[in-house]
Amino acid sequence: MDDSSDNLIEIHDLKFSRGHRPIFDGLNLTIKKGEITALMGPSGTGKTTLLRLITRQLIPEHGVIYVDGTDISTLTLTELYELRQRFGMLFQNGALLTDLTVFENVAFPLREHTKLSNRLIRHIVLTKLHAVGLRGAADLLPAELSGGMARRVALARAMVMDPDILIYDEPFVGLDPISMGVIVRLVRRMNDALGITSIIVSHDVEEVATVADRSFLISEGKVAASGSPDELRTTNSDLVQQFMHGMADGPVAFHYEAPDYAEQLLGRDSE
Amino acid sequence: MRRVVNDIRNNTLEFLRTFGAFQLFFLRILRYSPAVLFGRFDLVVKQVYNTGALSLVIIMICGLFVGAVLALQAYANMSKFNAEDWTGVAAAFALVKELGPVMTALLFAGRAGTALTSEIGLMKATDQLSAMEMMAVNPVRRVLVPRFLGGVIAMPFLAAVFSAIGMFGAHLVGVELFQVDVGSFWQQIQLTVEMSDVNEGILKSVVFGVAASLIAVWEGYNTVPTAEGVGRATTRTVVITAIAILVFDFMITAALI
Repeated sequence: MDDSSDNLIEIHDLKFSRGHRPIFDGLNLTIKKGEITALMGPSGTGKTTLLRLITRQLIPEHGVIYVDGTDISTLTLTELYELRQRFGMLFQNGALLTDLTVFENVAFPLREHTKLSNRLIRHIVLTKLHAVGLRGAADLLPAELSGGMARRVALARAMVMDPDILIYDEPFVGLDPISMGVIVRLVRRMNDALGITSIIVSHDVEEVATVADRSFLISEGKVAASGSPDELRTTNSDLVQQFMHGMADGPVAFHYEAPDYAEQLLGRDSE
Repeated sequence: MRRVVNDIRNNTLEFLRTFGAFQLFFLRILRYSPAVLFGRFDLVVKQVYNTGALSLVIIMICGLFVGAVLALQAYANMSKFNAEDWTGVAAAFALVKELGPVMTALLFAGRAGTALTSEIGLMKATDQLSAMEMMAVNPVRRVLVPRFLGGVIAMPFLAAVFSAIGMFGAHLVGVELFQVDVGSFWQQIQLTVEMSDVNEGILKSVVFGVAASLIAVWEGYNTVPTAEGVGRATTRTVVITAIAILVFDFMITAALI
């Protein structure tokens, strides 16, 4: 660690497994303040799990996670909730509260954590909704929104408490090209205008390349490669090449682990 | 043989583990209840409306027919002894002490309990509970406790409505249909039904309210977050609540005799 004061999140020797399947096996990773960091990797490598570990929705079996110099496993529930107020998280499907309007969804953290007047809350919420271009949708219910709109509302909600860290879980999945462009631009603008640190979990190589300052490619429980998108593209590793260029077969096998094809077709392994 | 013993052992352990977790869950709900009741009463009121007010129609219709059928049965038997005047008393005792609280709780499980379970289960399946966690809002406190309190508050009122409408149904059958004298029909009830009988009914409906609401939010909170999981949890809510209510009913009645 050269200049550790710039490190917002440090993960040391993280181990975690689900059932008997190890997800992380000695993962080390550092996220720097003010940057956009992308966590990439094939599906099933536990990228979302990593986000849940960083925010202590899950507890690692081994290893330490520091957020802003604090070992998060030592926090009490109250301290943890205080820490989480510094995080904003954008869930894959938005995770808007379905019984509240768009306005009330964005106002939700303010109403729960502050005693601001209705006037002020209205002011803040409309500002945030305006920033994502949905001020006009304030009175709609989440069920009336398209996928892209729901994600933009969720982004407004994630920013409403002015967090230091914004986490995006698969922000580009299932969006049409226009919504995708809108989100990509929003991510960049939020980061630069508000001085936030952003973490993006994604496997959309192209989109990540346009926004991320630094990427980590995670595979088999470890960081397989890291660097700027251009550095990754030129990395001389089969796995990185396979992932960055979307090849079907390679170190990440196309076939799920299975018994021998011919044997199985001939029925020799049937009991 | 060895395997059977092992299976029994494992299942017993699993049951005890779940039961222990359920008790801890109950304590957690109780711990946050005062703060929610006095701090966020607006949330509780909304849930009283959702579980209570929206169950009123089914409670009233069922109450009317249960009261009417009780009067039919009572009249058919009482008239053999020329004791038709007691038709109302039989219906009143059955309603106030047993059928009011029990039927209301069973209907509540079917109408409101399932709604609570599937709502909370779907919130879990769509990451809404995780999102709250991430916004530093405790979902137990913000989502589960108001729903639990709403059910607990609504249940005694629903049982009272059920019994009242039931008595009206008994009146229709006894007085209007079989021409029992209206004065003696109601006076016999006044003379025989004591306040302690009414209290027994209230006690039961409070206990049932706690049990039914707690089971519903527990099942919702512990739903396997898939479409199938939500379906199963909803079914379990009805089954477990029905068993719990009938067992508690027996225990309370036995204790009070």
